[in-house]
Amino acid sequence: MNKPVPVTDWVHDFDHTDPRWTENPFPIWDELRNACPVVHTNRFLGVYLPTTYEAVKQVAYDTEHFSSRRIIVRNVRPEETQSAPPITSDPPAHKPAKQLLLPPFTPDAMKKLEPRVREICNELIDAFIDEPRVDAAARYTRHIPVRAIAHMLGIPEKDSDLFIKWIHEILEVGITDDSVLMRAIHEMAAYFSGHIEARRKNPTDDLITTLMNAKDKEGKPLSDIHVLGTLRLLLIAGIDTTWSAIGASLWHLAKTPADRERLVAEPGLIPTAVEEFLRAYSPVTMAREVMKETTVAGCPVKPGNMVLLSFPAANRDPAMFPDADKVIIDRKENRHAAFGLGIHRCVGSNLARMEMTVAIQEWLKRIPDFQLDPAGVVKWSEGTVRGPRQLPVLLGKGA
Amino acid sequence: MPGKLKIHVDQDKCQGHSRCKSLAPELFELDEFGNAHEIGDGTVPEGLEDKAYLAKSNCPELAIEIVEE
Repeated sequence: MNKPVPVTDWVHDFDHTDPRWTENPFPIWDELRNACPVVHTNRFLGVYLPTTYEAVKQVAYDTEHFSSRRIIVRNVRPEETQSAPPITSDPPAHKPAKQLLLPPFTPDAMKKLEPRVREICNELIDAFIDEPRVDAAARYTRHIPVRAIAHMLGIPEKDSDLFIKWIHEILEVGITDDSVLMRAIHEMAAYFSGHIEARRKNPTDDLITTLMNAKDKEGKPLSDIHVLGTLRLLLIAGIDTTWSAIGASLWHLAKTPADRERLVAEPGLIPTAVEEFLRAYSPVTMAREVMKETTVAGCPVKPGNMVLLSFPAANRDPAMFPDADKVIIDRKENRHAAFGLGIHRCVGSNLARMEMTVAIQEWLKRIPDFQLDPAGVVKWSEGTVRGPRQLPVLLGKGA
Repeated sequence: MPGKLKIHVDQDKCQGHSRCKSLAPELFELDEFGNAHEIGDGTVPEGLEDKAYLAKSNCPELAIEIVEE
């Protein structure tokens, strides 16, 4: 595999996998936004990047010119796509596939899951609270979403490491290495096929059984391929994303004592702060494929190209958010697009918000004082889900 | 005295972000899919006007309308 050529001209030749983008994308997005509402690169077989909130919104709402059949920008574009309904579905197939998934993820459903998530957080904290320094990404944030989603699906929480491995292979390594991607997808399918088979004999009260019992509009059960694709989606979408969001929030609090002290003193403000963390450190960039020629914010876009749908860049647009580059934990008006806009609004948004809120509440209750470890290095993920994968912090006042 | 406020959630626009419900649970309710609806005929009880505007200004889909009667 050839190493990509380092970027010298971001406006005409951007690369969202460049280490500088991974480390600190915000000044790059500002430069691109100042240049044009839609920029283009010939890398990854041709990709547009809308840089303003309005341009991102226009693409998100336009399912006629932009398809969701491919949602990861990669070096290859095989004819056959790996479907994971409803995220990879376009109208009219999208709505019925989405509606199946909505009832299990309502805020009321999340309230039932909340006590288990609170326990998970405390079990994790118990394991390191007496240590002076800890990698909060490896010991805390990475385990919360994966255990919560395993709990919802009715699969063993102890299989978490396996899920984390597949997701890393699909979302990071798989962007450039097709064989790793396909291996992970096959391993995952085999794993879930076993769980589906077991439930045919003994149905259980969990999300896998719910999906197996779901009927389409004609009253027919979903195909195994549909069920497997949706399970793959829930695992991929439910883990890296929220891991990233919780991690970025703790990273911010570790380096911003004023905000940390305020949330310790005013825990009622945490849900509002969570919205601001979601805006300022949105983890998820989606993608679309251009199906028909059109214009976005006045710029022509042509079929054959992909579009990187950067909700994170949209959320930093100063035309939409005053002081967009500042993190204001009591921001009142916050129409951020961290969970997308339009029909593909993240089905797990209520889950993610609950997990973020609980993870920050429990951490601050037990560890009100912490800071970044000056002897350690914070490492950010590569690819289109952004968050700290290594987050060394010192615990306690004397730190 | 300002007039009474009335809220309405446009069902073609609402995508179930449920921001309104968490900011103003007295004014909005969710259906089984998590999509929001105004409670009753949408009349905002006195004292809850700020919450109505807060919900509107946090809806990412611009789905909430407020009219002053």
